Amino acid sequence: MDLASPQALLICEYCDTVYRRRTLARGEVAQCTCCEAILERHHGLSVNAMLALVLTAMIVFVLANMWPIVTLGLNGQYSSTTLWGMIIQMWQQQAQVVSVLAAATLFFFPLVKMLSLGWLLWFGRQGRRAPGFVPIMVTLHYIGPWTMSEVFVLGALVAIVKARVYFEVVADPGIYAYAVLTLLITIFASVDVRQLWDLTTEAPA
Amino acid sequence: MSALPRATELGLIGCQVCGLVCRDAPADGASRDEMACPRCGSALHRRKPASYARTWALLIAAFLMYIPANVVPIMRTASLNDIDDNTILTGVVELWVKGSPYLAVIVFTASIVVPMLKFLVMGTLLVSSQRGSGWAQSQRTKLFRLVELIGYWSMLDVFVVSLLTALVRFNLLSRVEPLPGVIFFGLTVVLTMLASMSFDPRLIWDGWDTDD
Repeated sequence: MDLASPQALLICEYCDTVYRRRTLARGEVAQCTCCEAILERHHGLSVNAMLALVLTAMIVFVLANMWPIVTLGLNGQYSSTTLWGMIIQMWQQQAQVVSVLAAATLFFFPLVKMLSLGWLLWFGRQGRRAPGFVPIMVTLHYIGPWTMSEVFVLGALVAIVKARVYFEVVADPGIYAYAVLTLLITIFASVDVRQLWDLTTEAPA
Repeated sequence: MSALPRATELGLIGCQVCGLVCRDAPADGASRDEMACPRCGSALHRRKPASYARTWALLIAAFLMYIPANVVPIMRTASLNDIDDNTILTGVVELWVKGSPYLAVIVFTASIVVPMLKFLVMGTLLVSSQRGSGWAQSQRTKLFRLVELIGYWSMLDVFVVSLLTALVRFNLLSRVEPLPGVIFFGLTVVLTMLASMSFDPRLIWDGWDTDD
């Protein structure tokens, strides 16, 4: 059995079928014939474009966290909150588990994800591997499923509709920033971070 | 079904973390348990270790949390003259009646249908794979991907309660407080996510041709 280079092969992670890898043309997607999983996509976004997206997402993320999300009014009294206001409030209301979950999935994991992607892509522009490339790639793999900003946006929408029955509701800039962030996340969702393993060379690590 | 080779037959392992195709052979003098991916350094396994046991354990734990999550109220709305405790289901009903039926359907899907679907699908996958069933392998794999994809949307209700708690703070006039149900619900979501992560979908395909 000759395996010229391990990169010449591709294994479906869902059914273990082995394929010979071939270069994909623009817009092409390699799909497993056995279980129809997507094996690989042609990456339409260049490293620069991805870096631009990540930087945009970072700016929007800062705004989304600084600005209040919604304001409620009742008989001339007003009450508004930011993401951190919500996290702290849940902690004080004896729901520490929820508070920690929200802080992790809505703040820390997305933050770590954006910072590490930005770091890797910054060096990736010159085809280089950033310092700490391997541990960062492994970290990204593990925190991947644990970022939930898009769920939070839908949650905010539901909360607004529920509150509208009893209160005057004003949507604040934070919710718009979150909506934009969701859009950026959706664009990024089709990007397979694993391609960075191939895009960058190992030599000067 | 098809003559395509599988990694186990060729003595190959696809790294779980970085996807690199590796040889299923320990380096000189090392034991099988010490195999590591040459590219990312993660431990290499033909299948995720103790996949059945871990997935069962997490799934059962999730189910045990799911019962109080539905029975115990998740949120209290208090105003001057009344106190109202909401469970997940009464929250959906209230949204349907007073707010928006469309959103009620979304919340119902995220909080009730998705977790139930997860228990059913993961249970089915575990039982059928453990019996080495060759039934509908492709469809079962797709079901698994569906569960992976939609699982985390169940956090919806947890975020709704959190936001309302932070927003509705008008002293005596009107207040919202989280109740223990929301904690159980959050734990259910986390546990089911961990369960689907510890399940190895390649086990679905193992029964029929690789058992030696």
